[in-house]
Amino acid sequence: MLARSCLRSTRAIASARNGAVKITKRAASSSSSGSAADSPLRMNIAAVAATTVAAGSIAWYYHLYGPTAHAMTPAEEGLHAPKYPWVHEQFFKTFDHQALRRGFQVYREVCASCHSLSRVPYRALVGTILTSDEAKALAEENEYDTEPNDQGEIEKRPGKLADYLPSPYPNDEAARFSNNGALPPDLSLIVKARHGGCNYIFSLLTGYPDEPPAGAQVGDGLNFNPYFPGTGIAMARVLYEGLVDYEDETPATTSQMAKDVVEFLNWAAEPELDDRKRMGMKVLVVTSVMFALSVWVKRYKWAWVKSRKIVYDPPKSGNSRH
Amino acid sequence: MASIASSSLYNALFRRNYTMLGAVFAGAFTFEMWYGSTMDKIWDKNNRGRQWKDIRSKYVEDAEEEE
Ligand code: HEC
Repeated sequence: MLARSCLRSTRAIASARNGAVKITKRAASSSSSGSAADSPLRMNIAAVAATTVAAGSIAWYYHLYGPTAHAMTPAEEGLHAPKYPWVHEQFFKTFDHQALRRGFQVYREVCASCHSLSRVPYRALVGTILTSDEAKALAEENEYDTEPNDQGEIEKRPGKLADYLPSPYPNDEAARFSNNGALPPDLSLIVKARHGGCNYIFSLLTGYPDEPPAGAQVGDGLNFNPYFPGTGIAMARVLYEGLVDYEDETPATTSQMAKDVVEFLNWAAEPELDDRKRMGMKVLVVTSVMFALSVWVKRYKWAWVKSRKIVYDPPKSGNSRH
Repeated sequence: MASIASSSLYNALFRRNYTMLGAVFAGAFTFEMWYGSTMDKIWDKNNRGRQWKDIRSKYVEDAEEEE
C-alpha cells in the first residue's frame, strides 16, 4: 500500500509537467484511497483555485451591489437638515408644554389657514396645552354637523371637546385649487412622516433664502427651498419675525416660532410620548436591577462549582488492588 | 439573631402556601405603589417646569372647574 502510493505520487509529479488538467482527470478516475489527493502540488492548486473563486465572487458581488446607486441628483434629494439639540427628544425629557402652547398658537394663527390637523381633537389639547375652559371656548367658535333630525335634516351646532380641529378646506380638491395645484399635507403626523422629523421641518420653515441662488431653476408658482426634495416648494415662506404675539412675551423670531411649531407638531404626532418615556424609565430601572440580581444569584449558585479543586490521585504501585 | 427574625418570618408567612401567596401579592402591590410614586417624583424633578402641571396655574381661572 505504502509502496503503491509512493509510486503514484511520483508519477503525479511527473505528469504535472504535462499540465494540471491531467492530474484532475486522474484523481477523478482513480478509485483508490485519497493518497493522490494529498500530494502537495494538488493541494496547492486546489487552494489557489478556491481562493480565486472566493476572491472573485466577492469582487463580483461588490461590483454588483457594493457601490450605492444614486438615482437622484443631490438637488432632487434635498439638502440634509442639520441635527438640532431638541430637548424633548432626549430619553428622559418631556415636551416643554409652554413651548407647545406657543406652537399651537403659531399653528392656529399661521398654518391653519392652509394645513389641516385633522387627527387632533379638542379634548387632546385639554391638560396638555389648554385648560378645559379655553378648549371649550375654542371649540365653540366652530360649527359642526349634527346627527340627522326627525326630518333627516342635518343642522349645525357649536363644537364641543369631542370634535376634531376643523380643516381649512372642505376636501383635497378645494385645497389644491386654492394652492396652485399643490396639496398642503395634513400636519397631524408630519413629524413622523418626513425623514429628519423635527430637524427637517425646522430647516424647511427657516431655510428660505431671500433669493434663489444663481442658476437655480424655480418652477412657476414655486419657491426655492434647498431642504425640500427638488428644491421647488409650493409653500412660500410663512414665518416672519413678529408674526404672532406670544402671550408669554417670548420674542417671536422666525426661528423661535419655527421651533415652537415643530415641537407642537411633534406632540400632535406623538401625544403619548411623555408617558411612554416615563414608563420606559421605570422599565429600564426595574430590569437593570433584576439583571444585576440574576447575575449575583448565578455567581452565588456557581461559586462552589467554580472554586472546587479536582485532584487526580494516581494509584501508587503499592496500594493498587489487581 | 437573624435566625430568630427569619424563623418567625417563615412561621408567619412562608409556612403555609396561602399565606405565602398572600405575602407575594401584597408585596407586589405595595412595591408597585412605592416604586411608581418614587419614580414619578424623580421624573417630575427631572422635568421641572416643562410639564403641564407646572404651568397650569398660570392659565386656569376657576380652580374648582378644572378636573
Ligand atoms: C399659504 C398656505 C400655507 C401656509 C400658511 C402654510 N403652508 Fe405648509 N404647505 C403649503 C403647501 C401648498 C404645501 C405643499 C408644498 C408642495 O408640495 O410643494 C405645504 C407643505 C408643507 C409641509 C410639507 C413639506 C414636505 O416635505 O412635503 C410642511 C411640513 C408644512 N407645509 C408646514 C407648514 C407649517 C408648520 C406652517 C405654519 C407655520 C405652514 N406649513 C403654513 C401651504 C401652506
